[in-house]
Amino acid sequence: MTVVSPADIILFPDSYQTVYTIRTDSFEGPFDLLLHLIKKNEVDIYNIPIAAITRQYLDYLDVMQELNLDIAGDFLVMASTLIQIKSRMLLPLPVDEESGEDEGEDPRAELVRRLLEYQKYREAAVSLAQRELLGRDTFIRDFKAPELAEIEPVLEPLEVELFDLIEAFRRILSTVPEQTFHEVGAEGLSIADRINELLLLLQGTEAAVFENLFIGSATREQVIITFLAILELCRLNMVRLTQAGSFGSIWVIPTLLNAAADAVTEEDLDRDFA
Amino acid sequence: MTSLKSVVESLLFVADTPLTLDRLCSILEEHDRQEISAAVAELLAEYGEMTRGIYLAEVAGGWQLRSLPENADYLRRLNRCRPFRFSNSSLETLAIVAYRQPITRAEVEYLRGVDSGGVLKTLLEKKMVRILGKKDIPGRPLIYGTSREFLEAFNLKDLASLPTLKEVQELTSRDLLEQQEELPLPGLSEQGRVD
Repeated sequence: MTVVSPADIILFPDSYQTVYTIRTDSFEGPFDLLLHLIKKNEVDIYNIPIAAITRQYLDYLDVMQELNLDIAGDFLVMASTLIQIKSRMLLPLPVDEESGEDEGEDPRAELVRRLLEYQKYREAAVSLAQRELLGRDTFIRDFKAPELAEIEPVLEPLEVELFDLIEAFRRILSTVPEQTFHEVGAEGLSIADRINELLLLLQGTEAAVFENLFIGSATREQVIITFLAILELCRLNMVRLTQAGSFGSIWVIPTLLNAAADAVTEEDLDRDFA
Repeated sequence: MTSLKSVVESLLFVADTPLTLDRLCSILEEHDRQEISAAVAELLAEYGEMTRGIYLAEVAGGWQLRSLPENADYLRRLNRCRPFRFSNSSLETLAIVAYRQPITRAEVEYLRGVDSGGVLKTLLEKKMVRILGKKDIPGRPLIYGTSREFLEAFNLKDLASLPTLKEVQELTSRDLLEQQEELPLPGLSEQGRVD
């Protein structure tokens, strides 16, 4: 590698060939690419030549496009940030009339801060990888590399299939004697009432066996109302139904009751990863 | 009559996770805490002196018998597996979560400048990070932190024994220079660190 004086550095020749040599698969994101360009061109991170860096950055995106790689939106956001910084640098800085000093900081300052911050964590990641890694450098007796998740085998409860639920319901219903006489009377129990009863029942318990919730439901009507109430509780995310393995018993696990409103539900996860 | 030290050693040998002092005390309820602590200290000293294939590691707030890192190649043959690896993006994300926890996904993404949902999900599945709760701001986003398994995997006694970010910089700026000589870091290694 030849040493050139900073003034002689020809920043970023426009030919695609030079850009083409960039390791296209190794950039974790726009910061990574920017740091690479800064290092490659040996420019001062506190005095980034935005126009030149931006040109090379955009060249890189072109290459990605030519290679038919999907350009993540984050790369495009950075491109527009760079262009915005450049345009702000072209505008004269507003001058404070009283003190005569320039107002505002260098438009590049925030980008530099974030780049340095990012670099700090990237280096922390390198040093993490250099540690004695379990399953790579050091092993324990029952360690089944590389499935790190299996350090602790957990019996994952299955989500209940609809079919299993209906099967369980049918089983319970079949134990209730069919009433052969016609009964006229006031409507006994509403679903809302039954929901409240179930919530009381579940309060303080970690889980209840599905069948046990039907204890006390003597008539078919009551069994059906209890079942509908459980379904409604499911829909409201107040209980979760799990099954300990295929054909295992179905457990009703209260979610909101135990952890109040702070329980983390699948929906939260879905939303966070949406 | 077996000594307490040998009992502790057997427990450490059979246990599948690091044993903490609390755990040892609850198992060895007929002994008092100080005795147990002394027995562990003795074992630590003995394993430190021995030139055997296992050593007593202090990880995740407890102790665990582990194979010597120097023998890793042979153990990989035994397990017939490729060395366990983390991708750069998961290491980067893990480092950010480790140093900045509790942290939301949006904060991770701000620091990395790139979408990190997939990586976080993988790290959750690998049990390297866990959900600590929800942040009390609009939208109530989930907040993430590292797990006990993270400490185990990276041979860390506790979070406080993570190298400080400053130490990290001293360590790795040298390594980076060694690894990629064509890319010296003018202005970065001397004056570039603001924090």
